[in-house]
Amino acid sequence: MRTALRRLGIYVFTAWATITANFVLPRLMPGNPIEQLIGKLQGRVTPEMIAAIKAQFGQGLNEPMWVQYGHYWGQLFHGDMGVSITLSAPVSQVLSSQMWWTIGLIGTAAVVSFIIGTALGVLFGWTRGSRADSIIPVATFLQSVPYYFLGTILIMLFAGTLHLFPIMGAYDSSLNPGWSWAYIASVLRYAELPLTSIVLSSLAGWMLGMRNMMVTTVSEDFVLMAVAKGLPRRSVMWHAARNAVLPSVANLALTIGLLVSGSLLVEQIFNYPGVGNLLVSAVGNEDYPLLQGIFLMITFTVLGANLLADILYYVLDPRTRTASVN
Amino acid sequence: MRSMRVPRSPKVLVGLCILGIFILLTLIGPWIAPYDPNDTSFVPNLRPSWQHLFGTTTLGQDVISQLLVGCRVTMVVGFIAGTLATIISLVVGLAAGYIGGRTDEGLSLLSNVFLAIPGLPLLIVINSYLPAGEQANPLVVGLVIALTGWAWGARVLRAQTMSLRDRDFVEAARIIGESRWRIMLGEIGPNLLPIIAASFLFTILYSVGVYTTLAFLGLTNVATWNWGTMLYWAQTNNAALANEWWWLAPPGIAIALVGTSLALINFGIDEFINPRLRAAGLTARQRRRVGMARRPRLGFTPVQRSEVRKKGASS
Repeated sequence: MRTALRRLGIYVFTAWATITANFVLPRLMPGNPIEQLIGKLQGRVTPEMIAAIKAQFGQGLNEPMWVQYGHYWGQLFHGDMGVSITLSAPVSQVLSSQMWWTIGLIGTAAVVSFIIGTALGVLFGWTRGSRADSIIPVATFLQSVPYYFLGTILIMLFAGTLHLFPIMGAYDSSLNPGWSWAYIASVLRYAELPLTSIVLSSLAGWMLGMRNMMVTTVSEDFVLMAVAKGLPRRSVMWHAARNAVLPSVANLALTIGLLVSGSLLVEQIFNYPGVGNLLVSAVGNEDYPLLQGIFLMITFTVLGANLLADILYYVLDPRTRTASVN
Repeated sequence: MRSMRVPRSPKVLVGLCILGIFILLTLIGPWIAPYDPNDTSFVPNLRPSWQHLFGTTTLGQDVISQLLVGCRVTMVVGFIAGTLATIISLVVGLAAGYIGGRTDEGLSLLSNVFLAIPGLPLLIVINSYLPAGEQANPLVVGLVIALTGWAWGARVLRAQTMSLRDRDFVEAARIIGESRWRIMLGEIGPNLLPIIAASFLFTILYSVGVYTTLAFLGLTNVATWNWGTMLYWAQTNNAALANEWWWLAPPGIAIALVGTSLALINFGIDEFINPRLRAAGLTARQRRRVGMARRPRLGFTPVQRSEVRKKGASS
């Protein structure tokens, strides 16, 4: 319970740090990026927009920093993250319309690659020292390939040359979005290739980690005991695998961040709607309000995923539940 | 002190060879590049030939020249960021693990925050606030990458320091009155070397990946050649749809090869730290040489256990 509260405390603190960083960074960066932005926008957008940006980033206001900070929190609590400069729509509205594509794509990819990668890791850890070990260099190479590069190659091979998959977008643009079978089928069809590229590039990491843990676990005494008892091989393997998977789950925090970072670019390659695509265009257009909103959203989602991983760990490892207060 | 025996497994050797080639290219790449990477005077979209080993781009530039020139910036940024991040993680990890108490609480919280925040979006945000001139500066970009990439190493080093803190030799050093810094650097430090090396390689890997990603997004100066900018230009010119594999493949494979070499060396270090992994790495020939009839299973010296297992399986 204590450890659970501690983890929660860390996430709350991280959330606070992210929100504060969003406030502090544009104000303290050398070269005053906001002033430069306003200079560039002069005459290109409406005066109201400039006034809104000035208010959001505390330009030309004579309020002390902490008053601005309080004001910033007040706005956040009302779900107000400013107005996107390029899209001329509230950031919260833009995000809530686009985030489900990303969560659907990356979430599915993460779950699929974790399950397949861990299962393969168990198998290769079990058969260590055999010919199956030659998978290691291949997996290492695959792990080092940037997600976006693999995506590009997949497009070139399967969409460009062989015409097996649609190239870009998230659904057939001739269909009307809605709950029709044709639309859902086309969404699934368009997600296949981006999903494959994320799964392929993140799979190897899970697999190698799991294999190493499996190799270590298999030489524990309890596995010897299980063999000595005469349990069938499959039960012994399952026995060892359940124990070996714990560090993988404990490491989810680190890997989820990497996975999300990598996957954001896959969206851009496939021209898939979603937060990653928004992020890239926001950076290109120096759309700071949108950029900040995206950063908050991504960090919060990753924190939420970490929390889920912690709960999973709690369920899987009975020791965390009986841990005495130390 | 016993000299460090890094296992000379084929994995490590292959890794060292590949890394060595890339380090060599970092040093001499720009000199052996056959053409100026910015020269657009060649016939565009040429397939690989003797004149242009990796072909030419849609813009009429020589691909291999870009690859060779770009190697230096890519590797140097990776190395700078890796070094800085390792220094930060060493200081934080040692201090948190050895001093403990409030210091540990604070530093652990800090590294947990940096672990939880996804690195790339943070990096993109910081980078976009930088003045345009600084975005092109590899040193500044390396510094920013280091700031987002140190936490993992710090956590591992802290754990290892804590396990060493109460060993007898550290206790002895404390009793004879060695200073805190001397104990941390002189007694604990050398025992952390394999982990420091692993985290150094890992952060270089991370930095190369992140730097090329930023460049691929066009967030660094797109006129400075590195492997990320090569992919950026290939992507903006739709090289994938035009099936120009000779333009896309070299930078992507180069990034992956550098990553593979670092990971392979890391395997060697892992096997050094964790001997159980080493036994698993024996090839059939090595086993025969040391007289093992069967491959090691379940971590024991192999004995003929097959009957036991068969009986177990049938019951």
